[in-house]
Amino acid sequence: MRGSAVAAGACACLLALVTVAGGCGGDGGGERADRALSGGEGTVDDTTGNAFALALKTLPSSERRAFQVGNSFFNRNWVTAPASATGRDGLGPTFNAQSCSSCHLHDGRGRPPEGPRDPERGLLLRLSAGDAPRPLRFYGSQLQDRAIAGVPAEGRIRISRRPVRGRYGDGTPFELQAPRYAVADGAFGPLPRDAQISPRVAPAVFGVGLLEAVPEAAVLEHADRGDRDGDGISGRPNRVGGERGSGGGPVLGRFGWKANAATVKQQSASAFTGDIGITSPLFDEENCPPGQRACARARTGGSPEIDARTLERVTFYTRTLAVPARRSVGSSVTDAGERTFARIGCGSCHLPELRTGDSDVKGLRDQLIRPYTDLLLHDMGPGLADGRPDGQATGSEWRTAPLWGIGLVPVVNRHTRFLHDGRARGLEEAILWHDGEGRASRERFRRLPARERRELVEFLESL
Amino acid sequence: MRSKLLLLGVLLAAIGLASCGGDDDEAAVSEERKAAVAEHYADMVYATYGASIASAEKLQSAIDGFLERPTQAGLTAARNAWLSARDDYILTEPFRFYGGPIDDPKTGPEGLINAWPMDEVYIDYVRGEPRAGIINDREAYPKITTDVIVEANEKGGETNISSGWHAIEFLLWGQDQSRTGPGARPASDYTSAPNADRRAQYLRLTTQRLLSDLRSVREPWAPNGGEYRKTFLADPDRALTNILRGIGALNSHELAGERMAVALDSKEQEDEHSCFSDNTNADVVNDLKGIRMVYMGEAPGVAGGDSLDALVREADPELAAQLRKKLSATVSAAERFPATFERMIAAPPGSPEHKALADEIAAIEDQGSDLAKAANALDVKVNFEV
Repeated sequence: MRGSAVAAGACACLLALVTVAGGCGGDGGGERADRALSGGEGTVDDTTGNAFALALKTLPSSERRAFQVGNSFFNRNWVTAPASATGRDGLGPTFNAQSCSSCHLHDGRGRPPEGPRDPERGLLLRLSAGDAPRPLRFYGSQLQDRAIAGVPAEGRIRISRRPVRGRYGDGTPFELQAPRYAVADGAFGPLPRDAQISPRVAPAVFGVGLLEAVPEAAVLEHADRGDRDGDGISGRPNRVGGERGSGGGPVLGRFGWKANAATVKQQSASAFTGDIGITSPLFDEENCPPGQRACARARTGGSPEIDARTLERVTFYTRTLAVPARRSVGSSVTDAGERTFARIGCGSCHLPELRTGDSDVKGLRDQLIRPYTDLLLHDMGPGLADGRPDGQATGSEWRTAPLWGIGLVPVVNRHTRFLHDGRARGLEEAILWHDGEGRASRERFRRLPARERRELVEFLESL
Repeated sequence: MRSKLLLLGVLLAAIGLASCGGDDDEAAVSEERKAAVAEHYADMVYATYGASIASAEKLQSAIDGFLERPTQAGLTAARNAWLSARDDYILTEPFRFYGGPIDDPKTGPEGLINAWPMDEVYIDYVRGEPRAGIINDREAYPKITTDVIVEANEKGGETNISSGWHAIEFLLWGQDQSRTGPGARPASDYTSAPNADRRAQYLRLTTQRLLSDLRSVREPWAPNGGEYRKTFLADPDRALTNILRGIGALNSHELAGERMAVALDSKEQEDEHSCFSDNTNADVVNDLKGIRMVYMGEAPGVAGGDSLDALVREADPELAAQLRKKLSATVSAAERFPATFERMIAAPPGSPEHKALADEIAAIEDQGSDLAKAANALDVKVNFEV
């Protein structure tokens, strides 16, 4: 600014008056701007279909090239080996999707298919048997519903739905859809009777680098194993194995619907092998359960199929995807909704604020973030339960899902399907499905007057 | 009392200006100059899209001619028409990246016009998968229509591209199997090969759609009553920011980053922009020419007008001279690339081919920092990253 000394002096004296008069940003602009920064200083201002796909605002140009390379691998379809594109062959033998972006389209959120012919790839089924879960005979731990030529796909996902009716406190009726999942056309015969099936949609991927940088101690601070404080909420950490070669004992699980992966790299490598059939330095065996002979015989794309450097690039890309800024911060409606959110107890699990600790990426370090999650497991009741334990998570526990960016899902992914299997057709339905530890808050929501329900939803839509 | 209030009002107004504009006594560039640059720019946009439409019309008649009599000569003519139309389209790319008609978040057709990279097996056969793609999938797509093509774009994955320049490119050249030349699709793909009729229909319709999309982005810039043009010219400050944002984001994020550095890093032919036709070097040259054209305010067939260069010359003559030199040097370096793009990315580090590409990327990044300095000299706050 090239202002003269006189003008600068006058500015200082009259600053208060300018503020009263509105100035440029409006009063309280600073504080309001801060509240909009859902993902700390790296938060991006974008409300388009690209809102989840941008790098941290603070990422320097020198690191943006690695981000762009990772993005290319995130988007790119893998192909059957051998192929001329040697860096991208090795798809399958069985798989759910050909690329990361197939399910996390525009780095956003998947949805369940609308029918058998819907090409949507955003939902998969995890499988197991027994209380100490073991892979299912012939099928393994996940249903891969596609395969390369010459190898049978394991089967198809079949979804049936039945209505669940209820009423708000003011008498307004609502209807939820309770889905049931089965495997049709199983290539190795019908699933055993004790098969546990856990449906999972692809969650949005932005902001995970920030969640990874929250110190474990800060998360454990909120854990309340036996509900000693008696509020009906007993957040529990999932403890999982660390990355291969990281040594040491179990660490805090942070990612996945049941917090079964400790790091973004582990989560990405596990999705590469489980969902796309791409082996990596972390998971170097093709996913061919015993008895799947054609799968075991199929040509691979080398070992591993994604090398350490490329996996690092994809991981870096995912970690540095920015969180979009909140909209309508400080409007009377969203402020009222935010107060209701706190008053009825949503914030006990959907923690509004966390602070990140140290990180090798400057933009992730020491940031005040607003993810609306505690990263802990909570019992969500029988309606949402999949009955399938995962690490230390029981069959009815789920990790609190982050809510940041949730209002932009309709813009980026053109749908409003929420919860772990996308059963909720909108935010109200997602709230109404809460049970178990979420029951008390859900009941308070159900009994709110329509206006307050609307305000609460508008607040969520502003995130 | 009255006079005191008045004085206060004047003071407040002055401070308001100081704190909002970042300037008090004198702005770096007058509103009139900004308006003149914006107006000249709008004329260039309209004319450059016009030239692109004209050569895309020639492409359409070459393709229609080929489909009427599918001979090898006809295919060659269609390919040549694509190459020529491609040059003209690439010159329009500096008009992206600020939510104008081309990439308006709601209505912009950019994703249908030039989406990339494209997994070609999504629309037609490749080696080893003779029945792949929309064209060969009669069950899922009983009829090839414009709606089918448009609906399928980016469905189930970001490289599932079904329309635009690269779809047409693939339908004309086919998969590039060779390190020394482009793809070699035979003309018989349009006569005796399976689904030749569906392939022809696909090519015809996607070309038609490209043309209508191009027309739809030119119209809002029309000198007489173009809607976007009016909005654009009504706010010269915003216009100047957008002009700089367009060339800066194209230069640094898209060209140096997405299209060059990513490919050099991955060494994957699939990361090459026009990989079926091996036309990527020309794409680079024309993007750089487009950036220079906007900065210098010199578009073919548009009478001279006020330019960014003229403004920067007044604000910082040394920077202006340096930038002009760089804008020309990057164009000539790209024109002198020692090998095709696919060979440069495959060449080992230390080889002249690798070095030529790496040096050019560095030069374009450096030119980007100068463009940022130029924006700064004009008091324009703008970010070149996407």
